[in-house]
Amino acid sequence: MQFQSQVLTNTEVSPGYYRMRMTAPPALVESEAGQFVMVKISSAIDPLLRRPFGIYDMGSFATPYSDSGRQTFIEILYKVVGRGTGMLADLHQGDHLDIIAPLGKGFDFGEAGEEKILVGGGVGLAPLYLLAKELVKSHKVRLFAGGRSKEDVLCITEFERLGVETYVATDDGTLGDRGLVTQVMMKHLASGGAPKRLYACGPFPMLRAVAGIAEEMRVPCQVSLEAYMACGMGACLGCVVKGVNHSAETPDFRCVCKDGPVFESTDLSWE
Amino acid sequence: MTKPVMSVEIAGIKMRNPVMTASGTFGYGEEFAGYMDLESIGAMITKGLSLKPKAGNNTPRIVETPGGMLNAIGLQNVGIDAFIAKKLPFLRRVNTPVIVNLYGNSLEEYGELAARIDGLPEIAGVEVNISYPNVKQGGIVFGTDPGAASQVVSLVRSNTSKPLIVKLSPNVTDIVVMAKACVDAGAEALSLINTLTGMAIDLQKRRPVLANITGGLSGPAIKPVALRMVWQVARAVKVPLIGIGGVMNATDALEFILAGATAVQIGTANFLTPAASQQIAAEMEQWLVDNRVGDVKELIGALKS
Ligand SMILES: Cc1cc2nc3c(=O)[nH]c(=O)nc-3n(C[C@H](O)[C@H](O)[C@H](O)COP(=O)(O)OP(=O)(O)OC[C@H]3O[C@@H](n4cnc5c(N)ncnc54)[C@H](O)[C@@H]3O)c2cc1C
Ligand SMILES: Cc1cc2nc3c(=O)[nH]c(=O)nc-3n(C[C@H](O)[C@H](O)[C@H](O)COP(=O)(O)O)c2cc1C
Ligand code: FES
Repeated sequence: MQFQSQVLTNTEVSPGYYRMRMTAPPALVESEAGQFVMVKISSAIDPLLRRPFGIYDMGSFATPYSDSGRQTFIEILYKVVGRGTGMLADLHQGDHLDIIAPLGKGFDFGEAGEEKILVGGGVGLAPLYLLAKELVKSHKVRLFAGGRSKEDVLCITEFERLGVETYVATDDGTLGDRGLVTQVMMKHLASGGAPKRLYACGPFPMLRAVAGIAEEMRVPCQVSLEAYMACGMGACLGCVVKGVNHSAETPDFRCVCKDGPVFESTDLSWE
Repeated sequence: MTKPVMSVEIAGIKMRNPVMTASGTFGYGEEFAGYMDLESIGAMITKGLSLKPKAGNNTPRIVETPGGMLNAIGLQNVGIDAFIAKKLPFLRRVNTPVIVNLYGNSLEEYGELAARIDGLPEIAGVEVNISYPNVKQGGIVFGTDPGAASQVVSLVRSNTSKPLIVKLSPNVTDIVVMAKACVDAGAEALSLINTLTGMAIDLQKRRPVLANITGGLSGPAIKPVALRMVWQVARAVKVPLIGIGGVMNATDALEFILAGATAVQIGTANFLTPAASQQIAAEMEQWLVDNRVGDVKELIGALKS
């Protein structure tokens, strides 16, 4: 659905990374972990297109200003990379945004009681928080978080507060182990039993590495992808990714916005 | 004041108002049903359909540019047969004319596509896309050669009795020459414009942004060019025109009508606001009320000069 939203808070959580809470209609609490929002940052024609962001968190709080006595909110966690996100970072409490949400397919929780591993790279942690919040209700959850440097590893304490066991890796060793998050994950998985399910979100090369590990370990793995989007609803066909059956003769393109952004790793070609 | 008359007719297709949705920006209609009333607009035009399913180009396929966007989708579509089997049943239940946008890789394909849809009562008309700038076969670009365009239009004309609209490319030296060639070959209406070929460069990577290198520019950035072309063509041909290019609101739409268009198509705006076409139709009606115009047709080509 499309709705007008008001910024409640917009805080810089690490240099260049912001967490924004905004109002949403009550129906939005039905959103699934892994679904995303399309935000029109300015009502003018610049930036023209909406920008997609994963839902980081959602909930509601008591307020005297609503008929039901409660106000629903959603949160996004974003990195400033260009014009749109730069303008978003300048917004303050009370500013207005036009949002379409929830969009896309979310994560599949799998069976209760299984151990779940989450792997996040940089701002790819964003959709994993809402997932972790659901999973901890009935699963053991471990998180492997990676980033270039310690500033790029976000909101770890939030995950720990949920009871998630967290491991951190940075390229420069300024936080946690030095190296790639997938290497650190392999080291820890080698000892201890195999997990039952992997979930990953982050840069494409990281996702490809995680998909490879999942295949070797023969465990199901879901990945959340990013793509340049115009519509977010399956109309423009701008956001496609190659599916597992893709070849020049048998094209198999899937829409990240509608068939994803969460995919089974085995459904993609990883080319 | 009584409600103004909003209905118009294009090549025999009766529409409740002059607002249509542009090919490739409205999916197969179904995608938008949850966001708007599909029976509030004049007509829907499908994604460009080819004889065989088409994979389209590699990614990145789209990029935003100042006031617009470039796309090089490469005509990804399900193909005419899958469209008829899987997409048309939904559209059949919607009481709004459905116009199919057809794209052929060769002259013969255009002919076959036209024959394929001729017997289908749920299709109100055909919009022939001779202007696609992203796909070229054997070096022929039908949209930039009046002789080739004329051949396509004649063949489609002889293969279907459906109302025939031809969509023109702006990537030509003289749009009037193309318009006349299409009308002489049997076009009953003209849609203009399709996207303007452009490109974007990533300086740091020293590469083109789009995998296809070039793409089609759409959105507010192209509106002045589109208005000028509609105005020029309106003075040169007798058939009704459909204005397309950067229509974001009722003001834009009414400007096209003043320039000589009978109807408009909404493209990129659908991506920003899925209900854009419905909203624009409602705003246009309100403008007529506020300005005491009893019938939208009074404004067609009514530009003072
Ligand atoms: C489903 C989905 C969920 C996302 N979730 C988040 C999130 O939770 N947090 C977050 O910070 N970012 C997220 N992104 C990426 C975010 O949408 C882009 O960073 C944003 O659109 C950039 O806008 P801009 O105007 O600042 O950048 P621009 O000025 O448009 O571009 C700056 C740079 O960012 C790149 N870029 C632009 N759009 C995208 C895009 N859609 N995806 C990837 N790179 C892009 C460009 O190639 C360019 O290099 C998500 C993307 C998708 C598709
Ligand atoms: C993503 C995208 C896909 C398009 N696909 C088609 C197509 O398949 N056939 C066609 O005739 N035009 C296609 N167009 C062109 C539009 O129908 C329209 O002519 C153009 O976008 C200009 O209008 P606008 O500025 O309102 O978007 C496409 C445009 C976009 C942005
Ligand atoms: S963003 Fe338009 S189809 Fe996915």
